[in-house]
Amino acid sequence: MTISARPPTWTGRLRGRAVHAFPSDTLLPERQPVYVASWIYVFGVLTLAAFLVVLGSGVVLAVAGPQWWHRSSAGHFVNSLHLWSVELFMAFMVVHLWGKFWMAAWRGRRAMTWVTGAVCFLGSIGTAFTGYLVQSNFDSQQISTQAKDGLNSVGIGAFFNVLNFGQMLMWHIVLLPLAVGIVVVVHVLQVRRRGVVPPFDVLPVDQPPERIQL
Amino acid sequence: MFTAGAHPALTSFLAAPVNLDRPGHYLHWGVIQLSVANLVVIAVMLALFALAVLLPFPGGRGRR
Repeated sequence: MTISARPPTWTGRLRGRAVHAFPSDTLLPERQPVYVASWIYVFGVLTLAAFLVVLGSGVVLAVAGPQWWHRSSAGHFVNSLHLWSVELFMAFMVVHLWGKFWMAAWRGRRAMTWVTGAVCFLGSIGTAFTGYLVQSNFDSQQISTQAKDGLNSVGIGAFFNVLNFGQMLMWHIVLLPLAVGIVVVVHVLQVRRRGVVPPFDVLPVDQPPERIQL
Repeated sequence: MFTAGAHPALTSFLAAPVNLDRPGHYLHWGVIQLSVANLVVIAVMLALFALAVLLPFPGGRGRR
């Protein structure tokens, strides 16, 4: 009788790959390389924290409906919370991006970490823009009528109609947040798998460095 | 609704130091048009970036 190292089922193979790629101390580490003790690394976590506030306030707005904030002080507060958490999310993400760019954070087989971060940035811009379209006020009307000309000129308007409030609302609260959320999870998993990129004077870049408790 | 009549003291306390109830100021450089508000935000982000790079992290000093 021979024992195969390869599991016979797809669930077994998937589990094997997942455990190999993300052992428990890689997925939830207690220690980080010494060079992570820098404020510039805080901005990635701040971006994630702001993203959670964006999602939470967005869920409350979705439960109460898109008109709620026009006729309720509580709705106005939650709407403002949603707006300003997005502002902070974008600002923190851009500072994080600047830091990673000047570190050349794609070094040491970290290309997918960089790429997923870039896709997350672009997806977040699209999500924010559709948010402008669903304010249900004169501002959103003006923005949508300006945007339609640009999108029509590149042939997108036939299936992505910014004048269609229902379509834009669905894109803003379902499709784009889902896409950005998935990309964020993949990005964080890539950071866990490959580790934080070391400074230029630490060589080699793909070797696990000494870790400390922060 | 949160109105000035209902909470005048609180409203004046929370009121923005800059009057926001008027058109914004814009700067023009050729084809580039930028609001002063956005310019201030960009300057604050650059300052944050510089501080994050330069300021020592608590507990991180002396470790190599």
